[in-house]
Amino acid sequence: MFDNLGEKLQATLADVRGRGTLTEDDINAAMREIRLALLEADVNFKVVRSFTASVKEKALGADIIGQLNPGQQVVKIVSDELTALMGGAAGDLAFAPRPPTIVLMAGLQGSGKTTATAKLARLLKSEGSSVAVAACDVYRPAAVEQLVKLAGQVGVDVYEQGTGASPVKIAAWAADRARTEGKDVLIVDTSGRLHVDQELMAELVDIRKAIRPTDILLVVDAMTGQDAVNVAEEFGRAVDFDGVIMSKLDGDARGGAALSVKAVTGKPILYASTGEKLDQFERFHPDRMAQRILGMGDVMSLIERAEANFDERQAAELERKLRKQEFGLDDFLDQMRQIRRMGPLQSLLGMIPGLGKELRGVKLDEREFDRLQAIILSMTPEERRHPELIKGSQRLRIAKGSGTNVQAVKQLIKQFEQMRKVMRQVSQGRMPDLGALMRQAGGR
Amino acid sequence: MARDWREIFIIDGDGPALAEEAAEPEKRMGRFRRLRESLRKTRQALQTEIQATLFEDLSEETWERLEEALIYADVGASTTAKVVAQLEQEAAEHKLTGGQELSDRLVELLAEIARTGTDTIDLRPAPTVILVAGVNGTGKTTTLGKLAWHLSRELNRRVMLAAGDTFRAAAVEQLEVWAERAGVGFVRGELGADSAAVAFEAITAARREQADVVLIDTAGRLHTQDNLMAELAKVRRVIDKQIPGAPHETLLTVDATTGQNGLRQAKLFSEAVDVSGIVLTKLDGTAKGGIALAIASELGIPVKLIGVGEKLEDLRPFDAEEFARALVGVS
Repeated sequence: MFDNLGEKLQATLADVRGRGTLTEDDINAAMREIRLALLEADVNFKVVRSFTASVKEKALGADIIGQLNPGQQVVKIVSDELTALMGGAAGDLAFAPRPPTIVLMAGLQGSGKTTATAKLARLLKSEGSSVAVAACDVYRPAAVEQLVKLAGQVGVDVYEQGTGASPVKIAAWAADRARTEGKDVLIVDTSGRLHVDQELMAELVDIRKAIRPTDILLVVDAMTGQDAVNVAEEFGRAVDFDGVIMSKLDGDARGGAALSVKAVTGKPILYASTGEKLDQFERFHPDRMAQRILGMGDVMSLIERAEANFDERQAAELERKLRKQEFGLDDFLDQMRQIRRMGPLQSLLGMIPGLGKELRGVKLDEREFDRLQAIILSMTPEERRHPELIKGSQRLRIAKGSGTNVQAVKQLIKQFEQMRKVMRQVSQGRMPDLGALMRQAGGR
Repeated sequence: MARDWREIFIIDGDGPALAEEAAEPEKRMGRFRRLRESLRKTRQALQTEIQATLFEDLSEETWERLEEALIYADVGASTTAKVVAQLEQEAAEHKLTGGQELSDRLVELLAEIARTGTDTIDLRPAPTVILVAGVNGTGKTTTLGKLAWHLSRELNRRVMLAAGDTFRAAAVEQLEVWAERAGVGFVRGELGADSAAVAFEAITAARREQADVVLIDTAGRLHTQDNLMAELAKVRRVIDKQIPGAPHETLLTVDATTGQNGLRQAKLFSEAVDVSGIVLTKLDGTAKGGIALAIASELGIPVKLIGVGEKLEDLRPFDAEEFARALVGVS
């Protein structure tokens, strides 16, 4: 799936390389692709809107000089932004100062609460805690039996009273038992409920009041679509949950719901359930989720490799050109264009260690630049490659074609020659006053 | 105008079922009212973006907001683009001149897309074998319980429920409770039996006891689990061997809250077992279930039933127009 978004962006931004900069149109085109990718990943519509707006802002201000592939540059911004939104570092369960730590599980029907209860129990037990689970789903047929069986498989105590008592009473009783029996953790399973079911939501609030849980976890199915936000907001309003468990991540759902829930409620995603087996449960990694949502697998290393390759390639190419004195006016124009937009010749000379500083603060006169550009563009490719060979009649032609005069053409060629000489020297390890040179080249 | 159970299920003759129906118009109205109530809860909970939009002039913003609203309903970018493009064109050709016409035409278009394939379930084969499959947690077992009850009560069918989920803890017990609630026959396998064996047993029992319909439950599985998809295909083959042409209906349960992954689910399940219809479950929440539209549009698989709650009665025949109206937010 990387090929999808990555390639689409590459195609969309294909002709940017020649121009050297990302215009707002380019970025808008890129944002359309990104928006589509995120919607296909089921990220909430409003979250997509605000996300693409902030990415656009960053992309507009970004320095893309030196990047081989503007598409990859944009992808990197998107990926970084997405990871930051997902929460940077992984969060963790809060533990009570005095045991037991009570964890209350909540969520829609079928989201995977009961399985998650058993899995979390297994995980915490493996880390050294004594754990018990409480069966408070008295509505779903055989729900109690299910938890009893799972608890048996995991090897933890299960507190249940069948389906006879109310969930609130069972939960309170279980909390007392856990305390008396000295358990470190009690995980309370509840029945699935709709966020718009007032009666059941009120019951959840009652359970919360009765047991005062240390953590309330909302279990969300990874394949949930746009509705995830509604669910999270309502559950948040009702019981202010502390964290989220994403379930069924072993499927191929891109999992945009994770981003939506995090973006809208600010609550961290703590765990990821990645299979039906009880050990398929782990702490959540925001950066991995970001890449999954984008559908881009191992995008970061790909981009990093591309960047590294580019640096090497450009530097090697430049070196070759300088050595062979092949650095022509086209290359010069290229660099001038970049100066015009971004400041000193960062990509070019910045690659030579220690030189970047010399060029800071060098500005280019716009009108002057236009003149130089016109002159260069009035030359033939051969003339641009070997300006030292340009004769009188040619100079006249170039002057006319560019709307300047012969004097200006002569000056450009002279300055360029000087620059070439300097670059040769630089490539040989000597350090000239480039700042002055640039001022000269861009000045009168 | 919602569809009736007798419209969706094809049975022979006019038997006692019809007479009963005629005698209980009151009860039927009560049921329809309950459905409208539950769907209204759904609509009110979620802002009706579409409705607000449609009664303005047809501006650029109208199309954008319409697009937004359809995406919000999980219809998906692709199907949304198709629908909006068509409406835009009709508006440009002056076929649509205002908010109301746009609204009506939108409902029409959406209903058209939903009305794909065959929208009935044939109960004439004896016994009719219905296989139910789907991803974990989508509501297979609950749906089967409800379906068993409706077929038994509304259509006077003799029903058998087969506990084909031999994997999940207490899944058999769960279905057994539903069988009791619905008052229908129940078949379970020996300890450690596999799904296909249970299906075989159930059909054998159905023949022996002359049951009309056999409903076969299966374990929830992700479409990405190749081995489990292969197992499902095997169950189907075993059934087909026993009764050529069976299962006569293969239903895929899809949770109405599912996003675009629903398309993948439908596609891969179809490749394994040739899905003939979708049961769109949990429509009593705030999700609009637009993914069903995407599935209909791109795969040609129709929704046949909808689940609107956890009680026995909470299952309804799918009505394309009703669904389209609910999606758009008009009553």
